[in-house]
Amino acid sequence: MGHEEKENWSHAEKYVMVIDIDKCTGCGACVVACSQENNIPVRTDETDKYMSLNWLVIYRVTNAQPFPKTKVVYVPRPCMHCDDPICVHVCPASATDKDAKGIVSQIYPRCFGCRYCMAACPYHARVFNWYDPVYPKGTERGFNPDVSTRMRGVVEKCSFCNHRYQHARDKAIAEGRVCLEDGEYIPACAEACPTKAIYFGNIKDPNSQVSRILREERPHVFRLLEKYGSEPSVYYISRQDWVRPRLDWVLEEEHKKYKNSMK
Amino acid sequence: MDAALIPPGVQRCSFKKFMVWIGFVLLLLLWGLYGTALCLIKGLNQTHMNNYYGFALWIFLDLGVIALGAGAFFTGFLRYIVGIDKLKNIINIAVIIGWCCYGGALLILAIDVGQPLRAWHIFWYPNVHSMLTEVSFCITCYFTVLCVEYLPIILENPQLDKNRFIHILSHNFHEYMFIFAALGTFLSFFHQGSLGGTFGVLFTRPFAYRTGFFVWPWTFFLFILSAIASGPALTLLITWFMQKVTGRKLVSYDVLELMGKIAGTLLFIYMIFKLIDTWYWIEHVLPSKGMTLADCYKGWFGSYGYWLLVAELGVFGVIPALILVCPALRKREFWLILGALMDCTGIALNRFVMVLQSSAVPTYPFDKWPSYMPSWQEWATFGMVLGITLLVISLSYRYLPLFPQEKELNRN
Repeated sequence: MGHEEKENWSHAEKYVMVIDIDKCTGCGACVVACSQENNIPVRTDETDKYMSLNWLVIYRVTNAQPFPKTKVVYVPRPCMHCDDPICVHVCPASATDKDAKGIVSQIYPRCFGCRYCMAACPYHARVFNWYDPVYPKGTERGFNPDVSTRMRGVVEKCSFCNHRYQHARDKAIAEGRVCLEDGEYIPACAEACPTKAIYFGNIKDPNSQVSRILREERPHVFRLLEKYGSEPSVYYISRQDWVRPRLDWVLEEEHKKYKNSMK
Repeated sequence: MDAALIPPGVQRCSFKKFMVWIGFVLLLLLWGLYGTALCLIKGLNQTHMNNYYGFALWIFLDLGVIALGAGAFFTGFLRYIVGIDKLKNIINIAVIIGWCCYGGALLILAIDVGQPLRAWHIFWYPNVHSMLTEVSFCITCYFTVLCVEYLPIILENPQLDKNRFIHILSHNFHEYMFIFAALGTFLSFFHQGSLGGTFGVLFTRPFAYRTGFFVWPWTFFLFILSAIASGPALTLLITWFMQKVTGRKLVSYDVLELMGKIAGTLLFIYMIFKLIDTWYWIEHVLPSKGMTLADCYKGWFGSYGYWLLVAELGVFGVIPALILVCPALRKREFWLILGALMDCTGIALNRFVMVLQSSAVPTYPFDKWPSYMPSWQEWATFGMVLGITLLVISLSYRYLPLFPQEKELNRN
């Protein structure tokens, strides 16, 4: 592929995720698929969740009302692959990078575990290998050969299953195509979701599913911690008016304004 | 037994008594080394840090000792560049305290990283946009400068000084010390500032985030100011403490008072800017992130309560500034020492909240305040640094002529 051609496709791609919170049942299939796909080790004692290695977690959020008015949503949270990624700015050893298609990746052999990126990321999307990775006996046979395992003492995070993109691109090149087709590259979590609550695609393609959904659901679309200013690439949809103010910092006057716009 | 090594004309305790003291220090060091070895061999799971507290006790201590160790460069700057001659009486101990603080900080940083053997990556693959890169480069360079500044003090040991070459070398070091003082000042301004910048640039952590001037957040300048306001105070405190422990007069009171005046004046200026900064943060920065002050504090008392804000800015900020700028209070030993102690406590509190509270404040409105209590291994590692500091100061005091006024002040 010539340089000019390469430039063309990189500018034509920006991958985003759209999560329909109202569809999510919190079943955890996405978390399991993510762990399986990315060779994430498991510990025998996972009681301390602040030490767990999960690239994708599901938050259970309520409307803070007593029964029977209680309402619950489940919020899957992968790495936000921000357009202005604070982790990339702060990493002292250039061990994390944002590529042209919008994916923030981690270079494990370069990371020396200073954890500045973790202290900076407000989404807690980055996790540290506090222990040596241990896999239950026999599970090594199920390793994904496309994803490297990580050693103790480095930070790791969701990559939007970047290796799947490489496969899709290899296939496209072999078939003489420049751009990927919609749905040709999706991460394991989106593929595994039984209620199809997770959409994934190229936002620069106006005909892609994510572009269409974001257009159609515009009044109900938001991003987490939007005011922090890191421009996340993960969008959320909820048609319930209590959800957004519970998920993001909203000042009182803004809340009233938002409620009125939903009516 | 070691009389030949002790500088002539000064009195030191008996060798036996000294060895008993060193024995206690070595016990502390051994405990620290054991904790450190566990962290290096078994990994950081030996600590109580977690994915929410990526930065914890060690980073707080690093920031704290680096601020409090600023007495070395700032006293050097005032002595060699500005030309305040009186400070020659305290500059040696200031350099040694600085050396211990910076050396300790580097040591803890090396243990704090998950892959210590890859620490060189920071120099090999530097990200010039990261404040931590600037911190690493400047601290490493400045520690080298501190070693150069410490060397002529060591060379003044009576046995070493007998050697003609060493005597001339030591003399020449003193002659050209202004160059190292200038270099140290330049490096220190940058690393103190970039340590502030490390937190101030975090636009995704509203508790720490500050707007600023060009690429430097206001914390960049506030950290420089607070370091030079507390560094001389710690030098003054340690010198005073050494006088009490040894029972000898080491520095005349007017020198201690001058150090108090320098610290107090700078603390006063710092507090003005810090209060303006806090007001702007509450009124403009936090609302721009959709948050209020109440979101950043967990009630009034308990961990992360408003009491921390009151303590940092009021009790250990404004009050010591007023004590130390007031000449009548400074002249009285009790107030001078109290003011210096409160000054150091206030700046340490500032570093504490910048590190710990920045991590603790929930970033999501639905999230809980996480809690953290350091493990004994984390305390032990700090104990090791404390042990090294005690050892270095004890050996230096016994075998090196640290205080030019000592002979004269203890003549009778």
